[in-house]
Amino acid sequence: MKRSLIDILDLSVAELDELIATACDIIENPAKYAHVCAGKKLATLFFEPSTRTRLSFEAAMYELGGNVLGFAGAQSSSAAKGESVADTAKTVSCYADIIAMRHPKEGAALVAANNASIPVINAGDGGHCHPTQTLADLLTIYREKGGFHHLTIGLCGDLKFGRTVHSLIGAMSRYTGIRFVLISPSELRIPDYVKEDVLDKKGIPYEEVTDLEAAIPELDILYMTRVQRERFFNEEDYLRLKDSYILDLKKLTNAKNDLCVMHPLPRVNEISVAVDNDPRACYFKQVLNGKYMRMALILKLLKEAGTI
Amino acid sequence: MNIDSTVRTGIVIDHITAGRAMLLYELLGLENEQGAVAIIKNVQSRKMGKKDIIKVDTERKLNLDIIGYVDPGATVNVIRDGKLIEKKSISMPETLTDVIFCKNPRCITSVEQELSHVFRLTDKQNKVYRCLYCETQAKQ
Repeated sequence: MKRSLIDILDLSVAELDELIATACDIIENPAKYAHVCAGKKLATLFFEPSTRTRLSFEAAMYELGGNVLGFAGAQSSSAAKGESVADTAKTVSCYADIIAMRHPKEGAALVAANNASIPVINAGDGGHCHPTQTLADLLTIYREKGGFHHLTIGLCGDLKFGRTVHSLIGAMSRYTGIRFVLISPSELRIPDYVKEDVLDKKGIPYEEVTDLEAAIPELDILYMTRVQRERFFNEEDYLRLKDSYILDLKKLTNAKNDLCVMHPLPRVNEISVAVDNDPRACYFKQVLNGKYMRMALILKLLKEAGTI
Repeated sequence: MNIDSTVRTGIVIDHITAGRAMLLYELLGLENEQGAVAIIKNVQSRKMGKKDIIKVDTERKLNLDIIGYVDPGATVNVIRDGKLIEKKSISMPETLTDVIFCKNPRCITSVEQELSHVFRLTDKQNKVYRCLYCETQAKQ
């Protein structure tokens, strides 16, 4: 049966475990998976710019032995002529076996999924959801920490518009012993609905702070985010807030030795380049883990659709 | 229906929370009603203290989902020839389609005009409805 992935919470904890197990098996035995998608096509429909996510999906499909078609900007698609997302999804369903779609508008992936006859993976719909980034984050946490329980997770930067942060909170709040430290300027605090609907409802402890340096010593994971220009209507607000939190080696002095520093990338300047060589820097491992999880996800959805 | 008379054949929406009648009037599209419509505000009520009532002097179909969304405690009475023939039960609908509209400028519904505006009940206790697409909370 055709199934899509719009929100990370579309996947049960058991399904996440299954995806992580598949990804780990892919890492151990890449040859076993090198031809499983032979003759199958992934359509990458990217209505807004992306380096990592699009290339990650493409690399994932190639490493599964499949092929890729698509576009990398609304201007190079029929969207420039005014074609609806629904029509694009119906059309692409005639050419490909699975779709990965990024669109600047929130909910666009759901519209595509409701109209496509093939599985749709949400590769980011505006500030709403970005489930495959969360899959990359989860595999990174799993590989670095050995599991998902009893962790203090610091989320830093743009917690208001940061879709990866909202998805990660949703996913991690399903495990026991999780505590969040939400580090942001007051203008970019986590939205009330995330606090009320997820954290408060599940009784998950959290605190909202503004001082990154003071919060670091207690953290097992520090998830940094970029203050994104494209999420602001007002350029002045962006310029005022973009440098709010910058992680450097000095701030890491009091951090735990096994702290895991994560970032969905791209970074601008919120993590000093000097941190890259610190063993606690895990953000490029996240990129690689993202490809493995996308491979596992493509496999799962194509299997469920009966395509492979 | 005169100013002081009861409905002979039509609908009475009773037990509306005081102050909500105008919102119901708007969402039910009663401004397009050709027959007589009475909005009675702040009526004394033993149960509620104050309540609003809407009387419609024609037997017309009402979208009960709208009433359930605005005021699930309201009651709908169908009157024919001066007699109460049916009391309709009202509950909060699980989904609302094209009743209220998403105001989030980042939502896909803001650019794709043919899409229905669908809201889902996500928190019954607090009466929270969210846009199906972007999850923005509806504000009453």
